[in-house]
Amino acid sequence: MHDLTPITAFGLAEPTVFVTQSCQLAERPRIALASVAARLGVDEACRAVITDLLRADAPDPAAWLASDIYSAFWMGPDQWMFSADFPDVEDIVARLKTSFGETASITEQTDGWVSFDLTGEVEAVLELVCSVDMRTRSAGYASRVSIHHTGCFLLIEASDRVRVYAPRASAGSVFHGISQAMTSAAAR
Amino acid sequence: MIINHPLLGPRDSAEFTYLGDASLLNRPDPDTATPKDWHDYAYLRDNPAGLHRELWFHEGGDRSWLVVTRNTVTHEITKVELARDVARGLASDVAGMGTKRSGG
Amino acid sequence: MADHGTNHGTHHRTHGQINRLSGGQIDRNKPLSFTFDGKTFQGYHGDTLASALLANGVRLMGRSFKYHRPRGPLTAGSEEPNAIVALRSGAYQEPNTRATTAELFDGLEATSQNRWPSLAFDAMAINDRFSNFLTAGFYYKTFMWPAAFWEKIYEPIIRKAAGLGALTGSADPDVYDKGFRHCDLLVVGAGPSGLMAARTAAEAGFEVIIADEDFRFGGRLNSEHEFIGDQAGADWAASQVAHLGTFSNVRVMSRTTVIGTFDHGIYGAVERVTDHLRTSAEGQPRQILWRIYAKHTVLCAGATERPIAFNNNDRPGVMLAGAMRSYANRWGVSAARDAVIFTSNDDGHRTAADLHRQGVAIAAVVDTRADAPSAHEYAVIAGTTVTDTRGRLGLNAVQVTDATGHSRWLKAGSLGVSGGWNPNVHLTSHQGARPVWNDALNAFVPSPSLPPHMSVAGAAAGMLSTHGALHSGVDAACKALEIDPRTLPALPKADDRPVTQSAFWCVQGSERAWLDQQNDVTVKDVKLSHQEGFRAVEHLKRYTTLGMATDQGKTSNMGGLAVMAELTGQPIADVGTTMFRPPYTPTAIGVLAGRSRGKDFHPVRLTPSHYWAKERGAVFVEVGNWLRAQWFPIEGETHWRQSVDREVLATRSSVGVCDCTTLGKIDVQGTDAAVFLNKVYCNGFAKLAVGRTRYGLMLREDGIAMDDGTAARLAEDHFVVTTTTANAGKVYQHMEFVRQCLCPDLDVQLISTTESWAQYAIAGPNARALLQKVVDAEFDISNDAFPFMACGAITVCGGLRARLFRISFSGELAFELAVPARYGDAMMRRLMDEGEEFNVTPYGTEALGVMRIEKGHAAGNELNGTTTAQNLGLGRMVSKAKDSIGSKLSERVGLNTEDGLRLVGLRPLNPKDKITAGGHVMSAEGPVNAAHDQGYVTSAAYSPTLGNMIGLAFIKSGSERIGDRMRLVSPLTKTSVEVEVVSPHFVDPEGERQRA
Repeated sequence: MHDLTPITAFGLAEPTVFVTQSCQLAERPRIALASVAARLGVDEACRAVITDLLRADAPDPAAWLASDIYSAFWMGPDQWMFSADFPDVEDIVARLKTSFGETASITEQTDGWVSFDLTGEVEAVLELVCSVDMRTRSAGYASRVSIHHTGCFLLIEASDRVRVYAPRASAGSVFHGISQAMTSAAAR
Repeated sequence: MIINHPLLGPRDSAEFTYLGDASLLNRPDPDTATPKDWHDYAYLRDNPAGLHRELWFHEGGDRSWLVVTRNTVTHEITKVELARDVARGLASDVAGMGTKRSGG
Repeated sequence: MADHGTNHGTHHRTHGQINRLSGGQIDRNKPLSFTFDGKTFQGYHGDTLASALLANGVRLMGRSFKYHRPRGPLTAGSEEPNAIVALRSGAYQEPNTRATTAELFDGLEATSQNRWPSLAFDAMAINDRFSNFLTAGFYYKTFMWPAAFWEKIYEPIIRKAAGLGALTGSADPDVYDKGFRHCDLLVVGAGPSGLMAARTAAEAGFEVIIADEDFRFGGRLNSEHEFIGDQAGADWAASQVAHLGTFSNVRVMSRTTVIGTFDHGIYGAVERVTDHLRTSAEGQPRQILWRIYAKHTVLCAGATERPIAFNNNDRPGVMLAGAMRSYANRWGVSAARDAVIFTSNDDGHRTAADLHRQGVAIAAVVDTRADAPSAHEYAVIAGTTVTDTRGRLGLNAVQVTDATGHSRWLKAGSLGVSGGWNPNVHLTSHQGARPVWNDALNAFVPSPSLPPHMSVAGAAAGMLSTHGALHSGVDAACKALEIDPRTLPALPKADDRPVTQSAFWCVQGSERAWLDQQNDVTVKDVKLSHQEGFRAVEHLKRYTTLGMATDQGKTSNMGGLAVMAELTGQPIADVGTTMFRPPYTPTAIGVLAGRSRGKDFHPVRLTPSHYWAKERGAVFVEVGNWLRAQWFPIEGETHWRQSVDREVLATRSSVGVCDCTTLGKIDVQGTDAAVFLNKVYCNGFAKLAVGRTRYGLMLREDGIAMDDGTAARLAEDHFVVTTTTANAGKVYQHMEFVRQCLCPDLDVQLISTTESWAQYAIAGPNARALLQKVVDAEFDISNDAFPFMACGAITVCGGLRARLFRISFSGELAFELAVPARYGDAMMRRLMDEGEEFNVTPYGTEALGVMRIEKGHAAGNELNGTTTAQNLGLGRMVSKAKDSIGSKLSERVGLNTEDGLRLVGLRPLNPKDKITAGGHVMSAEGPVNAAHDQGYVTSAAYSPTLGNMIGLAFIKSGSERIGDRMRLVSPLTKTSVEVEVVSPHFVDPEGERQRA
C-alpha cells in the first residue's frame, strides 16, 4: 500500500459543501469513473456486456441508469461513462476490462472529474447556469452541459436532485459558478 | 440557432463549433489524385446564398461531427446527419477510397 | 383594485402634488419620498418617476441633445425620447434612464442631464439660437478640416456640448445574471391580447411564459377608461394575472423586456429584478438576461402613438394624447389643470373625455378633420391645426389656425397630440423581415414573412380595438398550439368601435417642428436632407440622425418618413422604413456581460500542484485558462531573471521538476490505433514498439504544421498522445474529424484524459537518481532497461499506479511521471522531500521556455500557422511511404524552394546585445527594408547556460548560412544588432545528455 495522501480538487482533505436556504451543493469524493467505448463491429457484443452489468439495455442518448454496482450514462455514439462507488476506486478499469474483454476500449476517468450533488430547489439554480430544461427533462436524463463556460455532465436523479461531473482542473470555477447562482436564486 | 441533432434532438448552436463546407468529407484518393484535386480540396469552397452543407462539431455535447444542411439566407436547417454516416456512405460509393476494414 | 382611496382627506399627503387627480392604480396608503435635482418630492407606490414629478407640477425633466431645449415627458412608456435622467448616486448611478418607466421607490435619487449649471438655466441653450448652423449634416460639413483637429479639439467640444448623461467612471457594483428558460409558448406583452393568448395556452396545459416590460400587467387596459364584461379593464387584467398565477405551467415575468428575436425561436429578455428596490439583498442580481427557447411565440407588443409635427411642438407639457390618458387614468395625474387636445383621429377625443371626467379643463379639441365628432362638455374645433406654442420652460399657450389661415392663441398648460397608433412591429423584423404598409390603418404592420413559429396579435397586428385584441390573442394561441377554439368559453364583451386612422403627419408650413425629439431632428432638417440628395430612407437616417437615438425612433421614424415621402412625391409604402434591430429598448452593458467580469471573465484551470506551488510562493501566469507557475522566487531574489536563471542552472546541473499536466493528453485505443496515428501524424507510427514513445508532427491538410507532441505506445492497441497546452482542444477536435469523417471504418476510439493525470517533468543529470527513490523497486529504470523514449506503466511510493515516459523537452536526462491527479500534490511534495539531497529545484514555464530555446525545440512561436516541416528543419520526418493528413500538399513546389525559411539559432556578436523576438534579420550590409528581409526571430531568451541572449529564427536558406554574420533589426524599437547564425541546438547538439 502506498503512502501518498490524496487531496480534493480544492486542495483539501475533506469534500467541499455549499448551502443556501433552498439548495445544497456537495462534493462527492471517491467515485470511480471509466469510459467505455465499443470497438468497431462488435458493438452488439459490447452492449450485451453492458446489459449484463446494468441489468438493462445500454443507456440511450441523453440517458443514464444505475444497477446495484455500476451506473452509466451515454457520452456519445457507442460510448458510455461508467461509475461505481468502490472502496478502492483504482479497481474500476481492471474490473471493466475483465467484463468487456476485447469488445470495448476502457479509459480511466476517475481523476478527470469531480462529482457534485446539487439538491433542493434545483430548477431555480440550474436555469441560471446552463440550458437544461428541468421542466421537461425527468430523472434518467444525462447530458453534457456548459456551466461557467466549462463542459460538464449533468445527470438528473430526481426533480430535486442532480449530479454534476465537472472537469477536475476547472472544478473550482464550476463550483463558484453554481454557488453564485444558488445565492442569486435564494435571494430572489 | 437550434440544430436538431440526429441523436440528441434540438440543441443550441452555442454548443457546437463550426468548421465549414462539408466538401471536406470528400478527401481525394491519395493514390490517384492530381495536385489540382488536392488544391481544390484544400482551398476551393462554394459560397452559396441558399442551401449549404456544412460541418459542425458538437463540442459541448457528444463530440459528434454533423453535416448540417442550412440555408445561409434564412438560417433554416433542412437536414442534420451524423458525419460518420455520411462518410461511410461516401466510402461505399467510391471504390478504393479510404482504409477498409471489415468490422468484428 | 383601481381605486385605492380617492383623495380621502385624512392621510392626505398630496402635499405639493398639485396635479394629482383622483383614482388610478397607485397606493395612496404608501407615500414615497424621492429627490429630483436635490429637491425632495412625494409620490405613491405605483408611480413612475415621471408620473410623480408631473403630480408635483414638474414638467421640465431634461434638456435636448443638441439644442439644449427644455423638455418634459412626451410619453408614458419605454418609447420616451425626452424625460431622460440619471438614477441613484455614487457608483450605482445610471445615466440615460427614462423617467417614464422608472418605478418610484422610497429614497429614489434622480438627476437631470445635459444641462449646466441647472435644468432651468442651461448655458448651452445658446445652441438653440445658433440652430441655423447646427442643421443636419453639421458634423460632416463643419469639421472636415484640418483632420488633426478632429480628435483633439472638435470631438471633445462636441462631446461636452451634445449628448446624454455621463458614466460614473466607477466599476458597476451590481451583479447581473444570465439564465435559460424554455416554453411551448412565449407571450410578449401582457395587454388584452397577451393575457388571452397566455390564458388559452395555460388552460390547455402548455408551458407558457408571459413577459411584459411593465411592472403592472394589463397594457393599455391600465390606461383606459373602459370595461371588459362588467369589470373595469384594469380590474379585468388583474383578475387574469391572478388566474395565470394559479397555473404551475405558467411563468409570469413582469419587469421583463423581450429585447431581441434570434434564430429558431430564441429570444433575449432582460428582467429587472431590483431596479425598483432601494437596496438589493446580498448576491441578488440587479438584472437577468434570459435566453428563452420558445417553440412558439405570440407577439402582443401593442402599439405606440405617433405625434404630429408643428412648430415648437417640443415644450414641456406637450405630450402624446394617449400618454395623457395614461397619466390621468393609471396614475391619477395631469400635466396641468387645463389642456388642449390636437388630434387627427377619434382617439384624441377619448383623451379629452377622460381628462374632462377627471376634472381637467379642456380648452378645446383641435381636430384636423372637417368632419370631426362634436362634444357637449367642451369645444371641438374641426378642420383646424395647432401651428405654434409658447412657454419658455413649459407650455402656456397654443396657437390654433383654421383652414382660412386665421390664427388665435388658447391658454393651456398641457397639449395632447394624437396622430394615430403604430403597431410595435420591432421584434418581427429583427431577422430581416421588413414591415409592410397598411393603407387602411395608415401604418406599417408586421411583414407576412414572420420569423418561424411567431405570430402577432392585438394592436401589434393592427387590431386596435380591445375586442379585436382579445379575440386575436385567443386565435394566435389556438393556431400556434393546435388548440380547438370550439372547446373554449366565450369571451367577455369589450370595446369594438371601428378604428380609423388618417395620414396626418405634419402641419403645413412647419419648420422648427420636431420629428425626433431625442436627437433634435426637425422637419427643416428632413427638407435639407432631401435638398442635398439624401433621400433614401437609410441615407435620411444617417444624414439627419433621425431615429438613431436611444429610443430608436419609436415616436419619430414614421413622421420623418412621411415628410420625406411628401417631398419626393412618393407614397410612404415606397419610401419604406429602416430596420429595427435588437435591443428593443436600451440595455445595460452589465447584463450582457453577466457574471463574466473581472476574475470571472473565464474559468480557471488549476494544475494538480497548484496549492503546493502557491505555498512555495510561485508567480503564476495564465496559459489559456490554465494558471501555471511561471517561476518560483526564493528569498533574496528581486528580479524574475534571477529566479529563472537559477532554475535553469540548477536543472542542468542537478535536477528540476516542472508541472506539465497542462499538455493535452488523448487516449487512443482500438485495433487500428496505429493506422490512425499514421494518418494524423506526418511521420510513421505503425512500427513503434510497445513501451516506446515517439515525437510526432501533425500537419494541416495544406501542409502547414499544426501541432507537435509525443505518442506513447502502452499496448498494441493503446497509445497516449500529447498535444501542446494551447492546442489541446483543437487537436482533439481534429483527431475526431479524421476519425469520424475521413476514416469512419477504422477501429479507433478517442477520449481526453488531460485532467486525469498529474504529470511532472523531472529533468537533469540527477533525474534518474531522484526517481529511483520513488519508483517501486520492481521497475528497473536504468538506461538499459528504460532507455531514451521508453514508456510504461509502473507503481510509485509503494503501489500507486503511475505512468513513466522518458522524454525530454529541456535536452537533459529527463522523465515525465504521471500519477492520478488527486495524488499530484502529494507526489510533488514527495519529490521535493526525496530530492533534497540533490538540491531539487522546481521550475516554472519561464525556465521551461529558456531550456527549450537552448535546446532548439520548436514551440507555439515556431508552429505559428505559417510554417512547414521543412521550415522547422523537420522535412525528413514527413513520410513518403504512407498517406497522412497534409503529406501531399506539403510536397508543393512553393513550400520546398531552395531559399525557403529554415529554423536556425542566433547569437549576438557582442554578448551584451539583445535578441528581440519579432525582430527581422537582414544581410550584414545593404539596405534595411522589406525587400531585403531575410527572415525573423520567433523566440528569444537570456541563456544562463551560455551567458548571453539567444534566439530562434526562420531565415532564408538558413541551414546553409550557419556561421554567417547578419543584422537583427527591429525598426519599432530602433534596434540594430550584429548576430551570427548558429545551429538552433545551443546546448548538447549531439543529444548525449538526454540519452545518458
